[in-house]
Amino acid sequence: MPAAPPPGPLGADRLGAARDAALGEAHRLGCSHTELRVERIRAQQVRLRDGRPEGATDDTELGMGVRVVVDGAMGFAATVATGAADAAQLVVEAVEAARVIARAGGDRVELAPEPGHGTINWVAPHDLDPVDVPLADKVALLGEWSGRLLSAPSVDHATAEVLAVTEDKYYADLAGTEATQRRVRVHPVVEALALDPDGGFESMRTVAPPVGRGWEYLSGEGWDWDAELEQLPDLLAAKVRAPSVEAGSYDLVIDPTNLWLAIHESIGHATELDRALGYEAAYAGTSFATFDQLGTLRYGSEVMQVTADRTTPYGLATVAVDDEGVPGRSFDLVRDGVLVGYQLDRSIAATSGSGASNGCAYADSPLHVPIQRMANVSLRPAVGDDPTSGDLIGGVERGIYIVGDKSWSIDMQRYNFQFTGQRFYRIEGGRLAGQVRDVAYQATTTEFWGSMEAVGGRSTYLLGGAFNCGKGQPGQVAPVSHGCPSVVVRGVRVLNTRHESGR
Amino acid sequence: MSGPGLPPAQQVVEDALTAARPGSDHCVVVVEESSEVEVRLANNTTTTSGSRHDRRVAVISIREVDGGMAAGVARRGGDVDVTDLVRVAEQDAAGSPPADDALPLLGPGDIGLSPAPGDGFDQPPALTDLSVLSGVLSGLSGAFARARGGDYVLAGFAEHRRTTRYLGTSTGLRLGHAQPDGALQLVARGAGGATSTWTGAGTAEFADVSVEVMEERLRDRLTWSARRLDRPAGRYEVLLPPEAVSDLMISLAYEASGRNAEDGRTVFSRPGGGTRVGDVLASVPFDLRSDPAEPGLECTPFVTATSSSADMSVFDNGLPLTRTDWIAGGRLHRLRYHRAGAARSTVEPAGFVSNLTLDVPGATGSVEDLVSRTERGLLLTCLWYIREVDPVTLLLTGLTRDGVYVVEDGRVTGATNNFRFNESPVDLLARVTEVGASGRALGREYGEYLNRTRMPPLRIPDFNMSSVSRAS
Repeated sequence: MPAAPPPGPLGADRLGAARDAALGEAHRLGCSHTELRVERIRAQQVRLRDGRPEGATDDTELGMGVRVVVDGAMGFAATVATGAADAAQLVVEAVEAARVIARAGGDRVELAPEPGHGTINWVAPHDLDPVDVPLADKVALLGEWSGRLLSAPSVDHATAEVLAVTEDKYYADLAGTEATQRRVRVHPVVEALALDPDGGFESMRTVAPPVGRGWEYLSGEGWDWDAELEQLPDLLAAKVRAPSVEAGSYDLVIDPTNLWLAIHESIGHATELDRALGYEAAYAGTSFATFDQLGTLRYGSEVMQVTADRTTPYGLATVAVDDEGVPGRSFDLVRDGVLVGYQLDRSIAATSGSGASNGCAYADSPLHVPIQRMANVSLRPAVGDDPTSGDLIGGVERGIYIVGDKSWSIDMQRYNFQFTGQRFYRIEGGRLAGQVRDVAYQATTTEFWGSMEAVGGRSTYLLGGAFNCGKGQPGQVAPVSHGCPSVVVRGVRVLNTRHESGR
Repeated sequence: MSGPGLPPAQQVVEDALTAARPGSDHCVVVVEESSEVEVRLANNTTTTSGSRHDRRVAVISIREVDGGMAAGVARRGGDVDVTDLVRVAEQDAAGSPPADDALPLLGPGDIGLSPAPGDGFDQPPALTDLSVLSGVLSGLSGAFARARGGDYVLAGFAEHRRTTRYLGTSTGLRLGHAQPDGALQLVARGAGGATSTWTGAGTAEFADVSVEVMEERLRDRLTWSARRLDRPAGRYEVLLPPEAVSDLMISLAYEASGRNAEDGRTVFSRPGGGTRVGDVLASVPFDLRSDPAEPGLECTPFVTATSSSADMSVFDNGLPLTRTDWIAGGRLHRLRYHRAGAARSTVEPAGFVSNLTLDVPGATGSVEDLVSRTERGLLLTCLWYIREVDPVTLLLTGLTRDGVYVVEDGRVTGATNNFRFNESPVDLLARVTEVGASGRALGREYGEYLNRTRMPPLRIPDFNMSSVSRAS
């Protein structure tokens, strides 16, 4: 980890002035809790279509948000101004917001206790700040990658895109925690498209995950881009020629490039305690994994071990301390297939009598209120390198091996999900037997994880993830990672998506 | 006032244009200033309340380079150092190859716009505060008490936002527009969470929103849920309420990119090349349109583009947005194009307009009228987690949410389980057998992004419910 302290969203003098003004005003107005966040988020997106730049953006968001608890009510206010007087004014507005909802009959809000942790400085490990790389260099690299695909006879169109984000966050609260943190993340995506002369088309994109790394990721640090780009045209050509899948029940071997999303949707969100207690009922939904089943719910088979972790190296939800002053940590959600934990923020920890928060509160912007959000939720691999993906495929007589994520959908209690993928291989007699297409798989969460017969070893493990996890009203969008091995799941319903459309 | 500690937006525009280098270069500045308040509720209580003031400044620098014009875009929030922002945009333009969407910027002579009084570039930013929600909040405190007494639990969200956009160009354009957005959504969950129902409304100023009326609708539907009837997966006659139609039509309209269709990668591509414009899509003479002047759904009437895409161009800033018929009389009529793309394809440009209307001239009747004419069917409340499964057919999957009601012999006789559906909105338009009158409707899922839609209820004779969802 670099020794230099994080730069912070503003100069130390201005941050100190905003802190003193906000916390001083909070003392004066009798707030029992007050936190100030000042954040600068720089986000870049570059997109090429058939090797030509289609659009590029370079956004910097700067602002501050204040949340207070006063007389048992919570209020929030935020602005893009960052002066000391603005910080004090935000406290006044947040207190007024708290009083307005108290008058409308709000219940008393309590936050789980959290001691002050003093000064915390943290920088996510990276070599090259991804937003500092000149646009021309980004266009040149994506153009070169596009050219490799477009030179293949099987590829009619190619798009190439990269998202790069650097976040500088300052946090201070009445309990005495003062944290300055820098996070970085990148997500490059290259997609090839092949037209069918008789109508229709097929596409395939890179399955490289988004990561909490610097620009070095695009130079091969953590991913072999050359190998993936070289294979893509032939994989696409084989997909175009592949037969349409026969709908029915199959044993699935699911690659981590696909499985991370099933974990995100059916475990990550279902074990958010604010959802289970009804606090997201109007939007993201609730959870089948109700609080009364903690310690007893059979979530899946005995091989299922799921951990929530805010310290995962290169994880997109990795921090030193969360947006309520709670240090990042690791804790179990599912042990030997049984639900043993939930993700918490301080309010939900207090409401549910769960003790201290486990550090899962954050906001996507200085202008949004922190809510309970997802840690890096990961499925543990088997001990050692084995079994390999080949070993897992070898144990399947008639099945499908699924690689890469594409379409996803799950209901508001996280029971019924449907996923597609980038490519699908038939498994016959323990061997891959060519691609099929038009595959979607559908299952109910506990039946799916209950049918997970085996998990792969460390050799199959990959940290996947997404930049675009949505929750809350007003909507917040957050990045989060999910690590997992390849797995075998028996007897899953596979649909043919052409037949589903009535064709 | 212009928000705490910020110089006026007009000054930011002028300062940025002044900071842009003189000579052959051009510059566009877009300032978007928004003021928002919201209240969240759950478990029969208000949970959080907030307010925010946001300002985003975008500078688009346009440079002549070898072979054409290149654009660089830089956007920042808050109290912006415009000189620095202009330099970043200029550097990005200098480092970019000629843009495929490049055309000369529009000037006052190209634009026939005459802004309404108080609605032009010189207006101050429109602000909102929690007093806009005072009627909602007082209604809610009574509603919470009634919910506790009635053994059900309310959750929901009320929000109000005013967004003021300012646009200035080095070619002399100065445009401004203020737009209000509001919405109230309420969910009622029966005891034990075994039943739930939802209602939502989009609004400009909340004068037309009544908590009590929405509450009554929720109570009626909870009453329907007293009788539970299980139904298996399969194809059903389905009555889609306007809120469900809204989400499906937003998904359809989003796919209406001309460039993507020409490249062969959407449901609107013609096999072998070209687009399906002119094809009959619908069994009834539907009109699907966007129009900044649509009564009750008025929205920003000119392009403010702070990035380019397949069918939106930063070079088009200030272009008047007018009525665009995506589907006319049941035929695919227009697709989205920026000016340069439209010129290449010899069609008219058509930009993003922030509203959407689906109607059939002369159609009458509410969803209740459709129920009364139904022998056997399912009445939905809304749809959720809608995602594209197959772009070739625009097959979407998603879930029914917060109330699926069984209709028998012209009336609702009970509630049933939720379903996962797999359907294409393009196919649905071709299979509709009955259309009611259109009214303002808030899509449960995509209303968050497109608040202003007007939709009819639809009857679909064979809607594909692919599997049962145990969610309630």
